[in-house]
Amino acid sequence: MSELYEQLRDAITDERPVVLATVIEGPNAGAKLVLDPECADGFVSVGTLGNPGLDRVVSRDSVGELAAGRSGVRHYGPEGQANEQHVSVFVESFAPPPIMLVFGAVDFTAALARAAKLLGFKVVVADARSMFATVKRFPMADQVMVAWPDEVFDVYAERLGHHDAVCILTHDPKFDVPAVQRAVATEVGYIGVMGSRRTHATRLKRLAEVGVPQQGIDRLMAPIGLDIGSRTPEETAVSVCAEIIANRTGHAAPSLRDSDGPIHRQAPT
Amino acid sequence: MKEILADLDTWRAQGRKVAIARVVNVEGSGPRDPGAAMAVSDSGDVIGSVSGGCVEGAVVTEALAILETGERKMVSFGYSDDEAFAVGLTCGGTIHLFIEPLDW
Repeated sequence: MSELYEQLRDAITDERPVVLATVIEGPNAGAKLVLDPECADGFVSVGTLGNPGLDRVVSRDSVGELAAGRSGVRHYGPEGQANEQHVSVFVESFAPPPIMLVFGAVDFTAALARAAKLLGFKVVVADARSMFATVKRFPMADQVMVAWPDEVFDVYAERLGHHDAVCILTHDPKFDVPAVQRAVATEVGYIGVMGSRRTHATRLKRLAEVGVPQQGIDRLMAPIGLDIGSRTPEETAVSVCAEIIANRTGHAAPSLRDSDGPIHRQAPT
Repeated sequence: MKEILADLDTWRAQGRKVAIARVVNVEGSGPRDPGAAMAVSDSGDVIGSVSGGCVEGAVVTEALAILETGERKMVSFGYSDDEAFAVGLTCGGTIHLFIEPLDW
């Protein structure tokens, strides 16, 4: 009886993409199909919507919906025919959580990791210095890696897409040049790089020297964050997370990159 | 539903009867997207949400009734309800919910 729920729950818990299809109107309302394409046992399908043809068509459609991360109602004929309104099926996609890679194990990292967890990110904190990259300092992170940027991207580069984020907080060319090089070679949706305008100007020269193309440079949100006057690590974390959301949704929000003048202005008295 | 899984597991382990309501469709302006879910146990405990707080009370009433009858149904809430004091969304949209027992 609880096989459907358990398959769904296990896939979500294990961060596998999964679909729950439910007949919400028509015969067999409540009938369900759970599709778990990346299960360890291969493409697992549990349950039925009441008709093999309907199951087949909904399975096919669901794969596309899952890839797009969409949830919504679709209509079919009794055996899955298109352009009919006999059965309404709610196809609910559960995408795995988006990933945020944070380079640099500093105070800003801890605050950013906490804010990113609030937004549902799987947060990976990386720093080559074992003294700083510890679980004790970043208990909120899903993973803490004592690693150079190359090692981190070797693990995650293939998985990064539109919903994911890379935040480079090191301020140190030893780390941030290789991190930027690898980040711009991925499909990641957001690349933020911390540092003053002067630091960033120097960084741009180094990035040009190592051959990072202009299209890559144009993707960098640097200085990182929205211009909301943030000061503390926590405020900065909010500014960065807000920029990530605006970047993903394509909404206009003033970014520090697009203004000039001091980042930290005196508050009006 | 992701956000309420841990609580659902606890309720299941305790042998509670549970009804689950999911947003399946939103027309116009709505506070939550399809997939937003809330659940109600037979002792009246509530987890999750399906709107900005506008219709949750009415959903609890429906869910408790469904726990009695075991039926599954679509329920819609909109701004243009005929009854003057009917529950609706202040933002002007309409949301369609599917409510059912968690017996699967």
